[in-house]
Amino acid sequence: MAQLTLVQAVNDGLRTAMRADDRVVLLGEDIGVDGGVFRATEGLLQEFGPDRVIDTPLAESGIVGTAIGMAVYGLRPVAEIQFDGFLPPAFDQIVSHAARIRWRSRGRFHVPLVIRAPYGGGIRALEHHSESPEAYYAHTPGLKVVIPSNPYDTKGLLIASIRDPDPVIFFEPKRLYRAFREEVPEGDYEVPLGKARVARDGSDLTLIAWGSMVPVALQAAEEAEERDGVSVEVIDLRTLVPLDWGTIAQSVEKTGRVVVVQEAPRTGGFASELIALINDKLLLYLEAPVQRVTAPDTVIPLGRMEDYYLPDAGRVLRAIRKAVTF
Amino acid sequence: MAKARSKAKAKAEVEVELFRKHKDEKKGLWTWQLKEFFQILREDGTLVDERLKPPLRDEELIELYRWMIRARTYDERALALQRQGRIGTYAPLSGQEAAQAGSAYALEPQDWLFPSYREHLAMAMRGLSWVQLLMYWGGLEDGMRIPEGVNVFTVSIPIATQLLHAVGYAWAAKMRGDDVATIVYFGDGGTSEGDFHEALNFAGVFQTPTIFFCQNNQYAISVPRTRQTRAETLAQKAIAYGLEGVQVDGNDIMAVYKVTRWAVEKAHAGGGPTLIEAITYRYGHHTTADDWTRYRSKEEVEEWKQRDPLKRLRLYLEGQGLWDEAQEQRAWEEAKAEVAEAVQEYERIRAQERDVEEIFKYMYAEMPWHLREELEDLRQYLRERARERELEEGEA
Repeated sequence: MAQLTLVQAVNDGLRTAMRADDRVVLLGEDIGVDGGVFRATEGLLQEFGPDRVIDTPLAESGIVGTAIGMAVYGLRPVAEIQFDGFLPPAFDQIVSHAARIRWRSRGRFHVPLVIRAPYGGGIRALEHHSESPEAYYAHTPGLKVVIPSNPYDTKGLLIASIRDPDPVIFFEPKRLYRAFREEVPEGDYEVPLGKARVARDGSDLTLIAWGSMVPVALQAAEEAEERDGVSVEVIDLRTLVPLDWGTIAQSVEKTGRVVVVQEAPRTGGFASELIALINDKLLLYLEAPVQRVTAPDTVIPLGRMEDYYLPDAGRVLRAIRKAVTF
Repeated sequence: MAKARSKAKAKAEVEVELFRKHKDEKKGLWTWQLKEFFQILREDGTLVDERLKPPLRDEELIELYRWMIRARTYDERALALQRQGRIGTYAPLSGQEAAQAGSAYALEPQDWLFPSYREHLAMAMRGLSWVQLLMYWGGLEDGMRIPEGVNVFTVSIPIATQLLHAVGYAWAAKMRGDDVATIVYFGDGGTSEGDFHEALNFAGVFQTPTIFFCQNNQYAISVPRTRQTRAETLAQKAIAYGLEGVQVDGNDIMAVYKVTRWAVEKAHAGGGPTLIEAITYRYGHHTTADDWTRYRSKEEVEEWKQRDPLKRLRLYLEGQGLWDEAQEQRAWEEAKAEVAEAVQEYERIRAQERDVEEIFKYMYAEMPWHLREELEDLRQYLRERARERELEEGEA
C-alpha cells in the first residue's frame, strides 16, 4: 500500500493498465516529455516509450478523432484533453462518432476509448480552465461518464474505464488532485463502473454528490450532525452514466429527504435528472421536495470571485436544513 | 544491356513527366507542379502518351468499365426509388465513377476504406452489396452492419470528420507493425473543415500510411469551389503539411488508378501519406433534397458530360477492339438485372417486422438499466396502443 494523491493515483492507474495490456496507448498535449501539465503522466514516457506515450500536435479534435480510429483498429487509447475548457473542439468527434460508431455499425465496430480531462474550479485558474461540463456528455447516448472523488476510486475506476468496451469520459476533479493522500493498493484492481459508493452512513437525509463536491458534501454532513443532530447519508455517484439507481433508491426509501449537489450551473444539469428520477420513482417516500445546490447559471468567475460561485458546505447545510424543516 | 538501360531511362523520364515533380532546392522540399492536372486518357478515348498507361490488363479495364456501368445503373435506380418514396434522401454519384473505381481498385486487399456518404461505387467494389447500400438509404441501420471481411468503414456524414479516423486507424496499424494502409474520401467542401487540416497535420507528423482522396466535384451543395479557398488547387494544401499532393483528372480512370496506386505503394513502403485531388463533377443534385438548377447552368452540366468517365473508357476499349455495341448493350442489361434483384431483396427485407429493441440494442456492449427501462416502457405503450385500437375498431 502506498499513500497517494488523486493525481498520483491517475498515474498509477495508467501505468498499471499499460503494463497489463500493450494495446493501451496514451495521446495528448504535453503528456510525454513534460509528464502532463498536472504531472498525471509523469515517468510514463520513460517506461513505455514514445510509441505508447504520444505528444501530439495541439489539436483536440485531432487527438480524439485519431484516437477513435485507433480504438476501432483494436488499440485501447487513452486521450488526455488538457483542460475541461478545451473539450469543445473535440465535441463533434465525441458526440458524432465516439458515442455512435457501435450503434451505426450495429456492433460491427466499437470504440474502447477513454478521454481523460481535469475538470472543475477551485484552483484560481484562467478562463476555460475551471469548467464542469459533465451534463453535455451524460446527455449523449452511447457515452459513459465517470467522475472519481478520491485516490482509491480514481485508480480502480480508471483501470475499469480503460478495459470497458465503450467510450468513457473520465473527469478528474483538479482541485482534489493534491488535496489529500489515501492508501491505494499497489498492482491491479478495478472499481466497477455503474456502482456508487455510500461515503457516509446516515438515516435522516440522503446527500448525493460526485467528484469535487464529495468532500464538500461530507463536510456539510458532519456539520449537520454536530450542529443540528441530523444524520446525513452521503452517496458518491462515481459514475453518472450508467447511474447506480439501486444505491440511490435504497437510501432515499430509508431517509425520505434528499439534497443533490453539483458544481456545474443549474439549468439542465445532472442534478435536474436525478431529481426528476427521484420524483418519478420515489415520490411517495419523500417527506420534502428534493433540494439542489448548484452553481448559478453564469460563467464561472475568474479566481477572485470563485468562492462565491462554487457550492460550499455552508450552502449545502442550508439546503439540508430546508429539506429537514419542510 | 544498352537496350535495358535506355528503357530504364525512358521509364524515369515518364515518371518525371507523370508527376511533373520538381524540387525546391532552397527548401529541400519536393512539390508538385500543380497547374496542369495529370491525365492519361483523353476525352476522345485516346492516350496522351502510350508510355503512361498503367499496368492494367485488358480484362481489368473491361471489369472496371462494367463496375462503372453498374454504379450508374444503381444510381439512376436509387434516384427513381427516392422519387417514388421507396427509399429516403439519397446522394447521387453519377459523374464521379472513374474517381471512385480507379482509386478503390488501386488498394491492396488488406487496406481499409473510409467513405463519406457518396462513395457507393468505392464501397461496392470493396465488397459491400447494393442491397446493404439500399438498406442504409432506405432507413435501415443494418445497411451499415459491414460484413466481416469487407474492409470498409461506416458512412460518415459530418463533413471531413472521417479523415481523422482514417489517420488513427492507419497509425494504429503502423504501431502494431501491420501492413495496412487507409484511403479516405471527402469533397472539395471538406477541405475547409478544421478536421481536414488536423488530419493532414497528424498524418504528416506521424507519417501514417493514409491516402486522402478528395473528389473535387466543384460544388459543396451549392457553394462553388472558389468559395472554399483562395488557393489555386486543393492538392497544394498538402505542401503546408509536408505531404505530397497531386491533382489528377478524376474522370480519367487510368490516371486516377495510376496516381492512387503510386500513393498506395508509397504508403505500404513506409513513405507516409498523400493528398490526391481528383477533378470531377456531380451531374445530379447534392442529395435528393436539393435542386441543382438553382446554382448551375444547364450548359455547364452539359459541358461536363462531354468529359464523361464512362464514355471515355468505352471509346478507348472500342478503339482497342476490346468492346462493341453488343457487349455494351449486354453490360447495361446485366447491370439493370443485378440492381433490380438488389431492389427486390431490399424491399423484402424492408417489409419484415422489426423489434423496437433494435433501437436500443447497440448503444453499449451491455444494455444499462435505464435503456432497458425505456425499452420496456416503449413496448408497454405499443401494447396499450394496439389494445386501444382494437377496442376502437370493435366499437366501429
